[in-house]
Amino acid sequence: MSAVKEPLFHVVKRDNSSFLRGMLVRLAAIVLGLIVCAVIIVLLTGMNPLNVYAALWDGAVGTSRRMWITLRDSAILLCIGFAVMPAFRMRFWNTGAEGQVLVGSLATAAVMIYGVNLPPWLLYTLCPLAGIAAGILWGIVPAFFKAHWNTNETLFTLMLNYIATQLVAYCIIFWEKPKGSNSVGLINMKGKIGWLPKVWNNDYILPIIIVVVMAVVLFIYMRYTKQGYEVSVVGESENTAHYAGINVRKVIIRTMAICGGIAGVAGYLLTAGVGHTISTGLAGGRGFTAIVVAWLGKLNPFAMMLVAFFLVFMQKGSIEIASQFNLNENASEILTGVLLFFILGCEFFINYRLEFRKAEKEEAIKA
Amino acid sequence: MQKNTAGAMIELRGVTKRFGSVVANENVDLTVRRGEILSVLGENGSGKTSLMNMLAGIYFPDAGHIFVEGREVVIRSPKDAFDLGIGMIHQHFKLVDVLTAAENIILGLPGKLVMDMKQVKADIQKLLDKYGFDLDLDAKIYEMSVSQKQTVEIVKMLYRGAHILILDEPTAVLTPQETDKLFQVLRNMRTQGHSIIIITHKLNEVLSLSDRVAVLRKGRYIGTVDTRDATEMSLTEMMVGEKVVLDIERPDPVNPRLKLKVQDVTVVNKEGREVLSHACFEAYTGEILGIAGIAGSGQKELLESIAGLQHLVSGSIEYTNRKGHIKELTKMSAQKIREIGIRLAFVPEDRLGMGLVASMGMTDNMMLRSYRKGRGFFSRRKEPHDLAERIMHELGVVTPSIDAPVGRMSGGNVQKVLVGREIASSPQVLMVAYPVRGLDINSSYTIYGLLNEQKKQGSCVICVGEDLDVLLALCDRILVLADGHISGVVDARTATKEQIGLMMTSHEQKEVHA
Repeated sequence: MSAVKEPLFHVVKRDNSSFLRGMLVRLAAIVLGLIVCAVIIVLLTGMNPLNVYAALWDGAVGTSRRMWITLRDSAILLCIGFAVMPAFRMRFWNTGAEGQVLVGSLATAAVMIYGVNLPPWLLYTLCPLAGIAAGILWGIVPAFFKAHWNTNETLFTLMLNYIATQLVAYCIIFWEKPKGSNSVGLINMKGKIGWLPKVWNNDYILPIIIVVVMAVVLFIYMRYTKQGYEVSVVGESENTAHYAGINVRKVIIRTMAICGGIAGVAGYLLTAGVGHTISTGLAGGRGFTAIVVAWLGKLNPFAMMLVAFFLVFMQKGSIEIASQFNLNENASEILTGVLLFFILGCEFFINYRLEFRKAEKEEAIKA
Repeated sequence: MQKNTAGAMIELRGVTKRFGSVVANENVDLTVRRGEILSVLGENGSGKTSLMNMLAGIYFPDAGHIFVEGREVVIRSPKDAFDLGIGMIHQHFKLVDVLTAAENIILGLPGKLVMDMKQVKADIQKLLDKYGFDLDLDAKIYEMSVSQKQTVEIVKMLYRGAHILILDEPTAVLTPQETDKLFQVLRNMRTQGHSIIIITHKLNEVLSLSDRVAVLRKGRYIGTVDTRDATEMSLTEMMVGEKVVLDIERPDPVNPRLKLKVQDVTVVNKEGREVLSHACFEAYTGEILGIAGIAGSGQKELLESIAGLQHLVSGSIEYTNRKGHIKELTKMSAQKIREIGIRLAFVPEDRLGMGLVASMGMTDNMMLRSYRKGRGFFSRRKEPHDLAERIMHELGVVTPSIDAPVGRMSGGNVQKVLVGREIASSPQVLMVAYPVRGLDINSSYTIYGLLNEQKKQGSCVICVGEDLDVLLALCDRILVLADGHISGVVDARTATKEQIGLMMTSHEQKEVHA
């Protein structure tokens, strides 16, 4: 009798979704994602998807060394993610982590090269401080202009990336070793002066510890401190911030100093702890991947951990698939994309449910 | 279910809508007859707007049936609603500022490639004449007053063939004269056989305009009565569920002393236009100073100037503290004013864009005023949390949880949170803009009581209002603004509504009063 057909289903908000239920939905999403990936693998390559998955796993965490490297690289990516997170909370679109990391690395490398004869305690203090200071400088310049003249921070920070890259290229000419190679090579290879030390006889663990501590500190900073509260208010509405008597300019500059400083730490870790060198490609686009990490992790430091690990895991695994099955690395990017689609898509089903056309239900009852 | 569909234009049966755990409407039955004006009355959060949104195709009901002219229908989108002849005029207008009235009216309608604007305008003009609208079709929206914009919205609906009109609090932004004009037009439409549903909080309007009144309480349908059998008392009882006293108390000011002296204050907006011109007035302790005026006459700028949120082109603002020392606030920011120890509370008009953070819960919003308290790096959450609970209980804020984002609350609840927080700071100066806008009768009286309490404690209260009856009953003096000029200050105990209404529209009287 109805004149217009009722829609097939409509969306209803869930009352309250329990934590356990949310986790189960997410798990189901990953399983579904893996099944879809398996179908894609079979259709495109005709290979046994289980073998491909095994190789992926093997490449990322197959040996203890691989596992430590995956963990360490996740930590570095996460650290760069932390360098954009507070800015994003403030709705300051910092696309300059790449450059902030690079200048951090550059300053660290400079101290390592010119301070090779300094007493070790001084060198080990100066290296991170130089990295952090350089990162802060790269962070507060766009913040200052934004705060005072409302310049567009996205363009500003992006442009500073190019300046950082060119600055590094320029310094490499001075530090070239051996001459004519157009690269710096391993800095202070003899005696490993200024290199990040081993802890528990493990080369990889110190950066991980540093970044995990950073996650806890940042979580507390954002959630429980006066400054963290100011960042959230400024991000939500500058009008409200003015109304509450918050000095918006100060908050913007201070927060970007923190972001730049964290990027500086990442730069320090990359040069003193991972590559022991400096090159224009050292950050390798991680300043942008970090933006993905921050948003997929909903700007929550602990959720960001999982995202960073997932991305690095897939990236490391892809190298293995590439060599074992002659698939190029794009194959793994397809898999990453499909899995992300399911993981992100399931958030909808955690918060909402679909209610299907009632007519069918009523008929079912009658029958 | 009784079959009384003979003259029924719209009939709702058992309509239910939930948002998560919050029930907006439960099992609501409602009938709108052909050629009648039906008022929908209810407290804040009683589900009036969400019910109407289901008729307008904005929400989709979880359960229930909707009949239009005896035929069951399913309304999935505003377009479905249009096709059924249902048009809703929302509180926030949906018009394109840079287009003319005529262009807005035909916007989105199918037509030929080349339009004959002359013909279109002639058609619209016929409509205007038929119902007695007064509208310049070639005027751009941005040049128009709020009431003219509202007229455009109504004509837009009529031009689309709507014969069932829903108006959501249409008089909230109008002067008394404009309200009278609107009501005349609505009565003309009724004579032509249109059905009109009007949502309002103002009982006097309900009584003077409508044929029947439907009352909702907490999402449930309570009943429909004929207006001729209803009184303000009986309607309030239906709405609230108990007897309420409907008198606004007005104690005489005790020992008033000069608190604020505003001299020659001028503010210009971004386009360089003067929005507040040479404002001069004084405000005293122990009194409520009302500010009346058509929306956008400079009320916002006046309050924000005092709060340190506006850049003054000229003029000075002096504050006198309890010991009689005078402090100049003229060039101070909000931050500075607080630092020198002046407790100035301000409920701005833009609640969620300025007074509160929409995405935060009640506790975090309480912190906006108090987060600096205490030494050290960490913010304290205990006191704000207690305050949030207190406000929730004392003012009856309806929210799923104390940490649910305030932006998801209904307008009235948002208001209670903000007013509650500002009063809790025991201010020396309390400025409130439209403190009861969108609030139901019970909550409104709670707020009047709170303002009076502040007055008795010797605060200087400044209250921008839109309901002149209320301003006249609540305030000691009323300052009237017209287009950025102060057209005069009257004694609220002797002034009349008509007198103030006139002063709101012409500031030529300034010379007379100054």
